Amino acid sequence: MAEPALFFLIAVIAIASAIGMLIARSPVTSVLWLVLNFFCIASAYILLQAEFIGVIQVLVYAGAIMVLFLFVIMLLNLDELPKAGEINWKKVVAFGLGLVVLSQLIYVVVLAVGGLPEAPGIDAGEMGSARAIGLELFTRYAFHVEIIAVLLLGATIGAVLLAKKRFV
Amino acid sequence: MEVPLNWYLALSAVLFTIGVLGVLLRRNVIVIFMSVELMLNAVNLTLVAFSQFLSELSGQILVFFVISVAAAEAAVGLAIVIALFRRRVTINVDELNLLKW
Repeated sequence: MAEPALFFLIAVIAIASAIGMLIARSPVTSVLWLVLNFFCIASAYILLQAEFIGVIQVLVYAGAIMVLFLFVIMLLNLDELPKAGEINWKKVVAFGLGLVVLSQLIYVVVLAVGGLPEAPGIDAGEMGSARAIGLELFTRYAFHVEIIAVLLLGATIGAVLLAKKRFV
Repeated sequence: MEVPLNWYLALSAVLFTIGVLGVLLRRNVIVIFMSVELMLNAVNLTLVAFSQFLSELSGQILVFFVISVAAAEAAVGLAIVIALFRRRVTINVDELNLLKW
């Protein structure tokens, strides 16, 4: 029905916005392209019926992390933009390496065709809900959640210390 | 849901490659960070797709943890960028070669 068309639309916008992030000269423009890309990935999650992860993606990635990036870019007040253009041998080699990575990944995907599950599980819609994930997070993975809490505390303290005026 | 799993995997592969290219081609530390975030997202897409197709919830739990670690990484990384900028007044990785050789 409409789902393959929707997927193609999402995929095209996601790839186009990722390329836009790659070639934008100003970092602010890069951040805005990346936000669009994160929205596309969130829509792909919702297409997969993983609503909780999709909402988290929009809230945490597109909302919080990208705003942090924008803050830092505004804070640093960079005025000089890199010159567009000059293609040197380093860029050509980097592009070739990227193509090698892509061909390896696509090769693995093509190799796996046939062995992959054909259709999503019957309970896919129920599985991606906040209720199912919350139940799992606070029973089986409760210890891991505690560790993540400590990690976030450590990261907060570390970030404040590092960005302090007379740290270094 | 009649979109097959390998389409999601192919989309994820393309996004990951664009992230790799961003790390290799760009010279701005912040754009390199954003490319790393893009790569993390591509892997997250793979995890969620496999999780839904295999009816196994642990993939989505792992994505939750990856997002938390990415948030911590972005906070610490951007703090390092601010500290670097304060000392060297540049965020071009070609000029930040203190640890290079």
